[in-house]
Amino acid sequence: MWKRFRSNMGAMIGVVMLVAVIVIALIAPLLFPDGPWQMVQRPFLAPFAVDGLPLGTDTLGRNVAAQLAYGAQVSLLVGLVSTLVALLIGVPLGALAGFYGGYADEGAMRFTEFFQTIPNFALAIVLVAIFEPTLFSITLAIAIVSWPPVARLVRAEVMSVRAREFVDAARLAGLSKPRILIQQVLPNTVSPIIVMASLMVATAILLESSLSFLGLGDPNAMSWGYMIGAARTVIRTSWWLSFFPGIAIVITVLALNLIGEGLNDAFNPHLSRKGKA
Amino acid sequence: MSETLTVERLTIGLPEGADRPFAVENVSLTINKGEILCVVGESGSGKSMTANALMGLLPQGVDVKSGRAMFEARDVLRLPEADKQALRGAQIAMIFQEPMTALNPLMRIGDQISEVFAAHGLYTQSERRKRALDLVREVGLPDPEKIIRAYPFQLSGGQRQRAMIAMALALEPKLLIADEPTTALDVTTQAQILKLILDLRKRRGMAVMFITHDFGVVAEIADQVIVMREGKLVERGDAAEVLDNPQHEYTKRLLDAIPTGKFPDARQLSDISALEIKNLRKNFRTGGGLFKPVREVHAVDDVSLTVARGEVLGLVGESGSGKSTLGRTAVRLVTPDGGHVMVGGVDLAVLSEEELRQQRNKVQMVFQDPYASLNPRQRIMGALTDGPINRGVPKEDAQAKARELLEIVGLGADAAMRYPHEFSGGQRQRIGIARALAMEPELIIADEAVSALDVSIQAQVLDLLRDLREKLSLSILFITHDLRVAAQLCDRIAVMQKGRLVEIGRVEDIFLNPQQEYTRQLLAAVPGADWAEPEEATA
Repeated sequence: MWKRFRSNMGAMIGVVMLVAVIVIALIAPLLFPDGPWQMVQRPFLAPFAVDGLPLGTDTLGRNVAAQLAYGAQVSLLVGLVSTLVALLIGVPLGALAGFYGGYADEGAMRFTEFFQTIPNFALAIVLVAIFEPTLFSITLAIAIVSWPPVARLVRAEVMSVRAREFVDAARLAGLSKPRILIQQVLPNTVSPIIVMASLMVATAILLESSLSFLGLGDPNAMSWGYMIGAARTVIRTSWWLSFFPGIAIVITVLALNLIGEGLNDAFNPHLSRKGKA
Repeated sequence: MSETLTVERLTIGLPEGADRPFAVENVSLTINKGEILCVVGESGSGKSMTANALMGLLPQGVDVKSGRAMFEARDVLRLPEADKQALRGAQIAMIFQEPMTALNPLMRIGDQISEVFAAHGLYTQSERRKRALDLVREVGLPDPEKIIRAYPFQLSGGQRQRAMIAMALALEPKLLIADEPTTALDVTTQAQILKLILDLRKRRGMAVMFITHDFGVVAEIADQVIVMREGKLVERGDAAEVLDNPQHEYTKRLLDAIPTGKFPDARQLSDISALEIKNLRKNFRTGGGLFKPVREVHAVDDVSLTVARGEVLGLVGESGSGKSTLGRTAVRLVTPDGGHVMVGGVDLAVLSEEELRQQRNKVQMVFQDPYASLNPRQRIMGALTDGPINRGVPKEDAQAKARELLEIVGLGADAAMRYPHEFSGGQRQRIGIARALAMEPELIIADEAVSALDVSIQAQVLDLLRDLREKLSLSILFITHDLRVAAQLCDRIAVMQKGRLVEIGRVEDIFLNPQQEYTRQLLAAVPGADWAEPEEATA
């Protein structure tokens, strides 16, 4: 499996890009001990105009490079944690619905559809607006709008695995239903879940950026979306203020998508578009 | 006789990393006009690849390395794609194993046949329709007017295969390639399709290349036979010659492996019963809503039978006869609507879910599909010890027992720490048997346990079961669609049809002196029945 993943050029590029972003996020406090909010020079300095400020300064004279590095922390944190929370909601719900069927399935699926009928982004805005916009509430809001597809995927996977003969064999061995679900069925559904999760992190980062762009970000956390949002009025005079955070988002999301696709091909060798031959 | 197709030294390469360099190596064959050539081999022998190469249907990465295939003075392997396309259907036609997937599910049968004409730009709309109707009539489909307006899902398996044959015959091909066309069908349907192919051959004088794994089918229809193994041709000759006097070791083994109607020695059966089924009923309801009437199928309809301790009872029937449902009801994977399943003094049919879990070990099952019946993410040890540990057997004891069982089924104790994907189909079936034995059951239900296996592997698994029966005095309810297999292993045979038990009796009685019309039909439909008979007499 790992071999197949490694031989996938795109996926390896994705890994390299993602690792770079993670490293930058981790060492941000070392690189920029003053933090992202500190005013360091006069405003609107173009990139490379002054030594030590390779990406220039923003409308208030803050270091864009520092903002980008700290923004990476927020984006990655929100992306990972919200995806984890979404999995924690979606996987058990989908598994129960798919495994037990009947009323459990009906109930869980109607509940899921209730969330699916509301546009994702609108619901996220409403949730963040109701709570105070903090990192916690943003993460939670993103998780709440992104779990339904997980539940549906897990349900479908569980239903197909449940019909296989080894599940009958486990029943004949006298194992209890919860044990069959956890020990026999769920391990066989992890591959698509991992693939989906890697893509969900990307979506969550985009959602967070969009929320911050609209000014619904955590006011105490620097984020890429906030940077673009703040720079939108000066986009014609100071292009670099929206360009670099935009590139950062593109790189991170692209990296995650490449990884997700690589994982998918590695887990399902029969489906990969490029045959071995 | 004139030659229709001559294949010379055909070699087909496999992509790198495959288990062998060539799918087909140096194979030469000739089919004469009006002749049926059977290509026999087990899975992976390259028999289908040969056919696909002739049709230009090789999968990506697999290609013809050398050799020629002369058809009508042209080498079909070297033709440009456009010429190949003109050839396919018109001169060489093919029918496949699974007619449901080979037909377009969204097109009416008549349209699919007409499309063959359309693809080759022949005839007008109404002419095509008329010809489609004629073809449907020729292949013996009932009610042709209605059939050409039907969709594939509305037809039975046998009817679909007839429709496929009608499509293949549309342009009067000189060569018909049939790739296991009867493997997915019931015996009686298979007999009809074989007869149809024989009829058509006689009427149209076309050559047929018939790919099969079943020597019974060979005995039924072949003029010439070639036997393939791992891509190489091991034997060729007249059908009668090969069947009666095989030269190659491998052919002999294959022929030995087929059940020939030699009956096992009758054994004294114990009076104590391992399984007693009384008046068992199971109905399946489908549909049913506000406006739809409920459709009810009596899958098992008032069946009573007993399996004595140490007995192997064969349960035979065609698909839809309810034999699998009966098996699944007996282990209570399906809860019956009525009746009793008595095992060791306990009625499994009425236990509650919790009580049942305590009694689960009494009846165990060996499943049909060796690939689906083991959890791909669990080591063999886990599969074998889950049940016993759950019953309270200490872990060390269960593991020791598992190793011992793996030895007994012929895999060796070190198989325990490996994952299912490291084993072949036959080995997995052995693991399935070991798993059932680990629970120390009073009865094992084998649901088509050898149907998915190649003949030679099938023979080995049957040997194992026979062996276990002696050693452990096992009681087995052996469910199969194949009377020949049942005859090899079973003490008695029960025949089911449409949910009812038609006949039950000793193997010899069922085979030599069947009481019921349906049993006689089943026996007559067994391919190669005539050929096997003389051996029966000597046995």
